[in-house]
Amino acid sequence: MDSKFKTPFGQFAYSVFAWIVGLTVFFPILWMVLTSFKSELDAVNMPPLFFDFNWTLENYSGILEQSNYFKFAMNSIILSFGSTFLGLIFAVTCAWAMAFNPTKRTKDTLLWMLSTKMMPPVGVLVPIYLVFRDWGLLDTRFGLIMVLFLMNLPIMVWMLYTYFKEIPKDILEAARMDGATLPKEIIFVLLPMALPGIASTMLLNIILAWNEAFWTLNLTTSDAAPLTAFIASYSSPEGLFWAKLSAASTLAVAPILIVGWFSQKQLVRGLTFGAVK
Amino acid sequence: MGAIRLENVKKTFGNIDVIPGVDLEINDGEFVVFVGPSGCGKSTLLRLIAGLEDVTAGKILINDVDMVNESPAKRGLSMVFQSYALYPHMTVYNNIAFGLKMAGEPKAVIDEKVRNAAGILNLTDYLERRPGALSGGQRQRVAIGRAIVRNPAAFLFDEPLSNLDASLRVNMRLEITGLHQELKTTMIYVTHDQVEAMTMADKIVVLQAGRVEQVGKPMDLYAKPANKFVAGFIGSPKMNFIEGDYARARNCACVGVRPEHLLLSTEQGEIAATVKIAEHLGAETYLHVNADNIGPMTVRATGEVPLSGNDRVWLTPDPERIHRFDASGNAISN
Ligand SMILES: Nc1ncnc2c1ncn2[C@@H]1O[C@H](COP(=O)(O)OP(=O)(O)OP(=O)(O)O)[C@@H](O)[C@H]1O
Ligand SMILES: [Mg+2]
Repeated sequence: MDSKFKTPFGQFAYSVFAWIVGLTVFFPILWMVLTSFKSELDAVNMPPLFFDFNWTLENYSGILEQSNYFKFAMNSIILSFGSTFLGLIFAVTCAWAMAFNPTKRTKDTLLWMLSTKMMPPVGVLVPIYLVFRDWGLLDTRFGLIMVLFLMNLPIMVWMLYTYFKEIPKDILEAARMDGATLPKEIIFVLLPMALPGIASTMLLNIILAWNEAFWTLNLTTSDAAPLTAFIASYSSPEGLFWAKLSAASTLAVAPILIVGWFSQKQLVRGLTFGAVK
Repeated sequence: MGAIRLENVKKTFGNIDVIPGVDLEINDGEFVVFVGPSGCGKSTLLRLIAGLEDVTAGKILINDVDMVNESPAKRGLSMVFQSYALYPHMTVYNNIAFGLKMAGEPKAVIDEKVRNAAGILNLTDYLERRPGALSGGQRQRVAIGRAIVRNPAAFLFDEPLSNLDASLRVNMRLEITGLHQELKTTMIYVTHDQVEAMTMADKIVVLQAGRVEQVGKPMDLYAKPANKFVAGFIGSPKMNFIEGDYARARNCACVGVRPEHLLLSTEQGEIAATVKIAEHLGAETYLHVNADNIGPMTVRATGEVPLSGNDRVWLTPDPERIHRFDASGNAISN
């Protein structure tokens, strides 16, 4: 930590600042959870009610009766895990090639891959939609897995590349001398050594895929619709039901929030791209 | 069995000729040391033999079979890396067993071979540890253990001792020499330490800029260096080179005299000099002197010599042991 945080005042200011940032980030989530336990009337009360309202579970029971939460949740799980595992297979091999057998153009390729993430997705919505329609991929899990997988592939390759770069090439060469074929070299030597990096890459991609809303909303209607579509279905044109919407949102983010909470350490490591050892 | 022959082996990286063309014969059971200054291509040559790099041209014959297109595994060689390159996520046992597992040996055979190797290398008590919990010397032993269980045609060592401290280095040097005497397997050993080269090798290959300067027994290289480069590289402290009138009087461009072949006197001799620095090691004394009309020279005298800075001394080269070189640096036979 920087030395200026070491004076008592500096430390105090730093704590206050950190708390403000933390609460600001956390507040919307807290508010969402609180609102989900309110009646619709309390939800729109002015001034806003913090804790002194009639706590109720009616939104949750209503939602679970009204729509098939578990079907949406199952789709979310299939889409996020499916696209992540598929991505991992491609990203591990790409990152292996780039990290251990780089060419003059490896750096450019990496940048180019990342640059695809800078394009607004809406720019390719129409062509992709048409392709999906013609190939019968609309509202299929397979189609969505492909989109989510391709969307996150650049990030996966980048993350794994930075992790693989930290692994000494000698060790892989030792495995080669020991008679390991390429798949065995990757499975028995590279992957176990890169396990923390792979875990955080997987985790981040599951979260990204879970929260992805643009493609999941545009390319699904019901069969393959994940929890993002489930939330969206509660912001209906008949007017907003804040409490219900909050309950739906809470149900949608709860699983991933819990997973994220338990794997915080891995995530931080992953997000700093291997800079923190 | 492990006889290795290199025929006109070339390696270029991009447009840099790292190995412009090497021919070399390594006999079965020989301990061959590649020496040369940093960046001369020792590691590259070793890696070409191992199959970790592809040759640009030429043949690498192992037991008379050309192996240039074979994978490292098929060549039947084992390598010990400078960084040890142990698998950090495996126990010592599994590190040593990995190659055998890859070869699909039965469990019982693996167990026997691993325990046998561990016994030879004093690793029996550490088999369940991870490499991270071992000392440098122990890691080096594991790396050697991993190499010997596969019963290779030859061992390749790339500066295996350079990460160890001085005293451990001497021990490991002796252990590797002992191992060679026991196993009688061909070993190719890369180092830039000429003491290791002199003490361990049956045959030394001196490399410079990817070229073989001389191949020979350690004592032959010491007594009859083929050129100035080898003369300067083999032997410590370095050979003195004297040019100018002194050399011209002896019909050559340059005269080489080893520091130990200069007779030291405080009264008379061929070359007069002033002591600059005297290094007293007890068993011997190194004098760094400034010779009149010649320049800096080094003298190695046995025992303690009570001299210090600014003392006048006289040096007389042993006439039997001077080396003469022509203008292009090649040795002229006496
Ligand atoms: N992959 C590579 N790409 C380009 N040049 C390389 C590559 N590997 C080695 N070289 C170059 O080849 C030359 C020989 O390298 P090498 O590693 O064989 O030297 P060395 O004799 O082992 O040196 P050291 O004693 O420092 O280990 C060096 O000039 C090096 O820069
Ligand atoms: Mg080297």
